Amino acid sequence: MTDQPFSIDRDTLLDAYRTMKTIREFEERLHVDVARGDIPGFVHLYAGEEAAATAIMLHLGESDRIASTHRGHGHCIAKGVDVKEMMGEIRGKASGACKGKGGSMHIADLSKGMMGANGILGAGAPLACGAALAAKRRGDGGVAISFVGDGASNQGMFLESLNLAAVWNLPVIFVVENNGYAESTAMEWAVACDSYVDRASGFGMPGVTVDGTDFFAVYEAAGEVIRRAREGGGPSLLECKMYRFYGHFEGDAQTYRAEGEVENLRENHDCIKIFRAAVTGAGAVDPADLNAIDAEALALINEAVAHAAAAPMPGPEDLETDVYISYA
Amino acid sequence: MARNLSMNEAVNEALDQEMARDPAVIVMGEDISGGTGAPGEDDAWGGPLGVTKGLSVKHGDRVMDTPLSESAFIGAAIGAACSGLRPVAELMFVDFMGVCFDEIFNQAAKFRYMFGGKAETPVVIRCMAGAGFRAAAQHSQMLTPIFTHIPGLKVVFPSNAYDAKGLLIQSIRDNDPVIFFEHKNLYDTKTDVPEGLYTIPFAEANVVREGGDATIVTYGQTVQRSLDAASTLAKEGIECDVIDLRTLSPIDMDTVLESVEETGRLVCVDEANPRCSIAADVSATVTQEIFGSLKAGVRMVTAPHTPVPFSPALEDIYIPGADRIASAVRQTVAN
Repeated sequence: MTDQPFSIDRDTLLDAYRTMKTIREFEERLHVDVARGDIPGFVHLYAGEEAAATAIMLHLGESDRIASTHRGHGHCIAKGVDVKEMMGEIRGKASGACKGKGGSMHIADLSKGMMGANGILGAGAPLACGAALAAKRRGDGGVAISFVGDGASNQGMFLESLNLAAVWNLPVIFVVENNGYAESTAMEWAVACDSYVDRASGFGMPGVTVDGTDFFAVYEAAGEVIRRAREGGGPSLLECKMYRFYGHFEGDAQTYRAEGEVENLRENHDCIKIFRAAVTGAGAVDPADLNAIDAEALALINEAVAHAAAAPMPGPEDLETDVYISYA
Repeated sequence: MARNLSMNEAVNEALDQEMARDPAVIVMGEDISGGTGAPGEDDAWGGPLGVTKGLSVKHGDRVMDTPLSESAFIGAAIGAACSGLRPVAELMFVDFMGVCFDEIFNQAAKFRYMFGGKAETPVVIRCMAGAGFRAAAQHSQMLTPIFTHIPGLKVVFPSNAYDAKGLLIQSIRDNDPVIFFEHKNLYDTKTDVPEGLYTIPFAEANVVREGGDATIVTYGQTVQRSLDAASTLAKEGIECDVIDLRTLSPIDMDTVLESVEETGRLVCVDEANPRCSIAADVSATVTQEIFGSLKAGVRMVTAPHTPVPFSPALEDIYIPGADRIASAVRQTVAN
């Protein structure tokens, strides 16, 4: 296509769409499977927020590291963690990414640079600083991304990490995924500053706020702060304003929401619909190609579920292994 | 060749030699160099008690002063350990563990298991512990059982300079997270320390005195106090095995059980508070495993279940002394 209206080539656009749709299908399927009683434990869904993880991760290589959150499925998929292994892990199966020992809140694949979803809010920020320190010492231009929600952005360890990253000039980007709610509590009430840009400047680093439902806005802003970090310019904070389609966790009755709120989000603020309209409207991608990806994403998730459902549970012999590397 | 070194010097030497041997080893902490960004001298402090003095001069930016921000830099040490470095982070006093504990017990300790055996976190967290320094309730605790309670952590507590060097080198080379205790009352005590690199394996207790009538099990500052008690008791005809555990996780229960099977009498000495302590743990294990070998009830000599007092008059009786240890041994032998 000669009149490509975006700075991103067609193949990358298709890849981005595939990632977003894979995350969406993964989460929509989990929503159904949790309700059916097929999934043990807590599950926090990323549906509605796909553009942020996808756009940011397009700028990263496997050696770049991310520290994720409790709402980590989207980060995992966008960073390249195998969806079959993810689905197995969420079902507690031996085939899981962590042999069933971690579950939804602890999916990790260090070989892909994914340092783990995290059940402790804000705990990933210091870890990302450490990964960034290692990258800085290697001198290979590597970066680390710390994902944090608007709720955990009030945690001491997150705020301490902003300061440490600035003092040590670390190649780390703090991405605040602001979906408006810390569990059931409104971000406007719980975050005392007017904007995250102010919070960033208080720690001596650039802060950028973007519409997290706009894939292209996130892609551009993330590209800028990641480039800056790779070139030795130090840390930045990137706030993505976004919406979650489901509750804090599956089973959340969401009585804190306004009436019609979710319906409005799905109708008017769906990042995948917005992406699709943009790329097809501009003639950059043929709708038929996107339809084909829709079918492939759904098939992939169906396959992952079938694989996970058929996989064995870990055995009693697995209970006490993997605590230490050496036991003496 | 061995020199007579203080524990302070032995720890410094272990860090220096391991940094020279392995470029992945970095050292970080508050004021471990000291004077960073200030107009005066570089390496102004070398840690609050001078333990890391000179390391930044030799190893440059691999010795990193940190902001006063334990949660961030201990967490960063753990993140760096998962990313190819072997950080040794100094948390000045173990009493400060409260402000960064999540990164230790929910992150470092659990990565291996939670991630299905695919994570390695070779971090060492050094911290000062113990009473006798007139440092009061928030700078004098032991807190050892808090760490031994957590699967995934290794816990090391040397009682002398020789052990400190060998155990610290082993800790740095170990691929699991290690909490390395340094008793601040022991920093100036001297032993012969070899010049070269050597390691002391974990889970190998040191039988520092052999007796046969009773077994005293302890670690840290109370090792010497137990030896003093054993000397006194020997004059009364009571001969004691004194066992220095050296590592608390993993713990060498075999050596303890072997000794108690022979003596039939056990006194556990622990500077930590008594409830759920190392002393209580060793007592329970011995009772469960070899109850039939016991000739008397197990006794514990510990700190009282109070915070560490400031007044020297109170602090001196807070720490288990040789008199109390000897008295407990006499009671168990009398039964």
